[in-house]
Amino acid sequence: MSQAATTQSSTPPPVEKITVKVDGREVQVPRTTPDPISGRPIPTTMIQACQAVQVDVPHYCYHPKLPVAGNCRMCLVEFGTPALGPDRKPVLNPDGTPKIVKSPRPAIACATPISPGMEIYTNTPAVKQMREAVLEFLLINHPLDCPICDQAGECKLQEYSVDYGKAESRFVEPKVHKPKRVDLGPRIALDDERCILCTRCIRFTRDIVGDDALGIVNRGSYSTLTAYPGKVFDNNYTLNTVDLCPVGALTSKDFRFKMRVWFLKETRSLCTSCGTGCNIIVGSREDKIYRYEPRQNDAVNSTWMCDYGRLNYKWINREDRLSHVRGPNGQRSGWATATKDITERLAKAAPGSVAIIASARQTNEELFLLKKLAAKLNALTDSVPRTGEGDRLLLNPDRNPNSTGARLIGICTDRMGEQIPKIAAGIEQGAIKTLIVFGEDVTKHGISAAVLGKLETLIVSDILPSETAKLAHYVLPGCAHVEKRGTMTNVKGRVQKFMKAIEPPGDARPEWEFLHELVFQVTGSDGYRSIEGLFNQMAQEVPAFNGLTWATLGDTGVTVPT
Amino acid sequence: MIVKRQKLTLWERLYLPAVIGGFKVTLRHFFKKKVTMQYPEEKWVVPPGYRGAPYLVKDQEGNTKCVSCQLCEFVCPPKAIRITPPGPDWKLADRPNAEKMPKEFEINMLRCIFCGFCQEVCPEEAIFLQQDYSLTSNTREELIYNKEKLLALGGQHAGIQKWKQKAEETKKQEAFPVKP
Repeated sequence: MSQAATTQSSTPPPVEKITVKVDGREVQVPRTTPDPISGRPIPTTMIQACQAVQVDVPHYCYHPKLPVAGNCRMCLVEFGTPALGPDRKPVLNPDGTPKIVKSPRPAIACATPISPGMEIYTNTPAVKQMREAVLEFLLINHPLDCPICDQAGECKLQEYSVDYGKAESRFVEPKVHKPKRVDLGPRIALDDERCILCTRCIRFTRDIVGDDALGIVNRGSYSTLTAYPGKVFDNNYTLNTVDLCPVGALTSKDFRFKMRVWFLKETRSLCTSCGTGCNIIVGSREDKIYRYEPRQNDAVNSTWMCDYGRLNYKWINREDRLSHVRGPNGQRSGWATATKDITERLAKAAPGSVAIIASARQTNEELFLLKKLAAKLNALTDSVPRTGEGDRLLLNPDRNPNSTGARLIGICTDRMGEQIPKIAAGIEQGAIKTLIVFGEDVTKHGISAAVLGKLETLIVSDILPSETAKLAHYVLPGCAHVEKRGTMTNVKGRVQKFMKAIEPPGDARPEWEFLHELVFQVTGSDGYRSIEGLFNQMAQEVPAFNGLTWATLGDTGVTVPT
Repeated sequence: MIVKRQKLTLWERLYLPAVIGGFKVTLRHFFKKKVTMQYPEEKWVVPPGYRGAPYLVKDQEGNTKCVSCQLCEFVCPPKAIRITPPGPDWKLADRPNAEKMPKEFEINMLRCIFCGFCQEVCPEEAIFLQQDYSLTSNTREELIYNKEKLLALGGQHAGIQKWKQKAEETKKQEAFPVKP
């Protein structure tokens, strides 16, 4: 997939364009398009031509990022091609236009290549009848579990039945019943009755992930999806099959029966579990996060995300979130008092006696404000590296979502974390008297609790309780990424923004808001009070982000040279 | 716009004829059939089709019919219904073959406007507007009816048992010689 992504981003050789007609509308389509898996040019199909003119052709097994299977027959369309005379020259109508011969048979739009002058008809009476008939076949053994099916509300079978199906069933025989609640893997529950055998999941796990774990056994109405005997469907990308599944056959064990999908508010956001920065949609209701789903961004994650990142949301709704501003000795405080006290302490601090440990999980804007603070106080800054095992698809070994941003803004050097021993030594020797820590538990990263005890002032902003926060003189409760807006820069230098999905608990406020106040009071220079303005200001002041604006980032971000 | 005030006629200005007219109406009603009712000692007979308080019903075997599809919660105009879905770890439904039932089901009777949308939308025939019209309590909290209360008040409903039928069908097919 990474190969395909690179072929898309680099300028491909010019492809010959051919003209076809979709429902009477002419459209120019490239003769070939890159194969979603290998990136090699393959003939453009009718469904792609229809998509080019925004004509919706219903489909189940076709998916733009998977190899074509052509088994659901839902995308049947009629078409015609220019007639050729015995001399292999186009036959012309009396008015000079080429004569079109309608094919006697329909064709599946997902697997039929286009040819010059082809005409595609997607709304003829015959096409409507075919769709009705295909749906009737698909619904023969479908259990109509909709009231208890997690897919209800985002189910293609429901949608197409409403749009193209018959109102009533003519099927009077008992339906074939297949196993329900099949344990397919640690994160996937399968309902075989609901499966319409489109094989999207099989193709995904075989061709995209490279873990050939699924297959169909038995024949006819008894065809059943299973994992190969002795194999468990447990790779790190299994939950994508839940998104791919057009019906409710593959369901996420994590999301199972938790909430009906039509209640979920969808917010465009980013996954912050590694440096890849997959684009996601956050599903939330009444300030509770229910699920993450991938959002298409061909420059970053195509339409996938890994299970590790997808399930890493539960900490946001944790009961023990830091939700109160606390002053010295742990007493409750307020934002105004705490900001004033901190400002006074920082104003008294001698240059060089302050150090800042930021987090590479913070946004570009927050790191930019911290950098401003550091410049004023002549402070040492660094961040904490966080690594894990990566894979060839999406999961990056760098588990910090914004390491690149921290580096570009100047919070840390290429070797993130190299200043931490220096800071620890500085505290030990008494040179550093004030430490500002954002979102990290430094007791686990080389500055022990005993060393922290020597500080005159320890200011900690975090989301979850930690040893460092316990020792802090000032605790400033911060926000998870779904509770604020901001931008992050992924490992490849893609600057992407995320939106706010839910409200933070208690006193917690977005870090950039109170950092903005603090920077204003310490340095005396006011900035912008909106995230848009702050980003635009940062884009002007940080060389790497020059020329960017909040608006031009769009939904999918902009790549900057790193 | 200026509304013109009509001057009263002499007959109207006399005043007494109007008073006497009023007394005549009162007097007529003395000799008519009584329309009032000695509520609450005497109770009103609820006509069929009356839309009283919505309650959950049980099936013939005393199982919860509701499968927690949350359509009533969605359709409820005053947002009186609140359902807590079971989630992945809670127990399966008490009725065989249906995997899901609500963990909690609350109707705020103070919010309910007795529109009957919940009954209309229910795909399982699990909620019905019944005959109760006089819902009283000393506190607001008492009028938020929970699942146990709604099921107890709702009683049984002799409708189709969709999931039971399906279970029987499945069982028949198990005997069918397609087993590998």
